[in-house]
Amino acid sequence: MVSIRDLSFARGSHKIFDGVSLDIERGKITAIMGPSGTGKTTLLKLMGGQLCPDQGEIVVDGQNISLSSRDQLYDLRKRMGMLFQSGALLTDMSVYDNVAFPLREHTHLPESMIRTLVLMKLEAVGLRGARGLMPSELSGGMARRVAMARAIALDPMMIMYDEPFTGQDPISMGVLLHLIKSLNSTLGLTSIIVSHDVVETSAIADYIYVLANGKIIDHGTPIAIKQSPSAWIHQFMTGAADGPVHFHYPAKNYIDDLLSTGKRY
Amino acid sequence: MVRFLQYLGGGTLTNFTKLGRGARFLYLTMAGVGSVLPRFRLLLNQLYSVGVLSFLIISISGLFVGMVLGLQGYYILSDFGAEETLGVMVAASLVRELGPVVSGLLFAGRAGSALTAEIGLMKATEQLSGMEMMAVDPIKRIVSPRFLAGCLSMPLLAALFSAIGIIGGELVGVGLLGVDEGAYWAQMQAKIDFQDDIANGFIKSLAFGFVATWIALFEGYDAVPTAEGVSRATTRTVVNSAFSILGLDFILTALMFGDD
Repeated sequence: MVSIRDLSFARGSHKIFDGVSLDIERGKITAIMGPSGTGKTTLLKLMGGQLCPDQGEIVVDGQNISLSSRDQLYDLRKRMGMLFQSGALLTDMSVYDNVAFPLREHTHLPESMIRTLVLMKLEAVGLRGARGLMPSELSGGMARRVAMARAIALDPMMIMYDEPFTGQDPISMGVLLHLIKSLNSTLGLTSIIVSHDVVETSAIADYIYVLANGKIIDHGTPIAIKQSPSAWIHQFMTGAADGPVHFHYPAKNYIDDLLSTGKRY
Repeated sequence: MVRFLQYLGGGTLTNFTKLGRGARFLYLTMAGVGSVLPRFRLLLNQLYSVGVLSFLIISISGLFVGMVLGLQGYYILSDFGAEETLGVMVAASLVRELGPVVSGLLFAGRAGSALTAEIGLMKATEQLSGMEMMAVDPIKRIVSPRFLAGCLSMPLLAALFSAIGIIGGELVGVGLLGVDEGAYWAQMQAKIDFQDDIANGFIKSLAFGFVATWIALFEGYDAVPTAEGVSRATTRTVVNSAFSILGLDFILTALMFGDD
């Protein structure tokens, strides 16, 4: 479904990706994991064509993103759904209108049919009864479920989830896990989850790529990743405070620092 | 010295780059205006929030500005025994200058800052990115209707400002200070020219609406997507709009009345 070859991308002088290659299989849940600030969200934006790579190619469903015209890109996006970390619901519209938004923009369906489709999508995420609420009246978990309903409104071929579990309580987390898994299997989607929530993501992912320092440092099934001999992967998967990624920010000797006088920094 | 030159060069480059982005943004916005007309409801909603909601501040300010003009004008004109021409003075000041300029400044403060904050917050909360990922062009869907509404509202608001100001001038001049009501209106009718005064004032208000709305929308769209970034963008909208309106007013006045 998605093939990335030799991808390089930098913001100013800061290199975010340096020769990243990966493949995302159709119909599977693929997780892209890594610590904060490694460019996981940037990778999703590159896949969606919101950013342009400095080097390399990204092919989604046979279409090279960097060579696509604006119209081709917009056509492709109609077949892609994306769940933003914040939900990105339109705050001046109700839950119902948010889910109806892509249908009204891209189809000429009569309002009665749009109603049926919206209610079906909201039923799938368990929020049919909340259709009259405004985004400000929703909890974080509910907002993400509404965003999910909106993302599947046009029956896309794939959905990209940007940190779907961040800041969720255990019940919301369980609901989201269940929804991602069930939507993927019942709608025959391809799901890409960007996350650093190891336990939750490993529980539903078919394949995991681990990203750090601009490169893919390991990939495989969740079991293979857990058994990786790499000390870095072990620290990331177990959440150990110290290891190859140090707990302490580099500093001079602690005792010397305490006993020294003068400069504050 | 080298550091100063570097600073100067860096600042110039940044500003020219921003000007280029602004020009491209304006082009895309104007190109999107055509798609607004078939979806009239979008325009109507924006006419309400940009235009109708600015009416109160415009009308109250217009009334007070007209009253002050009536008062000041009376004291000056009565020294020369020319208080009957108060209507002309009030109307010419308002229609030619104060109507477009003051309502432009108020428009930038009321509607412009609201537009910047709204679009900046939409950017900060990823609503614009979300639209792009739903294959909906945010410039056509969000920016162009607001731009058109701003350009249409501003001349109407300036006209209302002037009309209410003239009534304010009459309230003070005729009602309070005893200027003859017939003279107030008749002198105004005789001396205020449609093309020189009203049409030129209209053109000014259209230009100010265009510039103030463009600046407000661009600053919102170009804002750094953080609370501080949106706050700075809102401030820039008011400051840049005020400078642009006052500078443009001088240029337009020189072009319109330079040969008189």
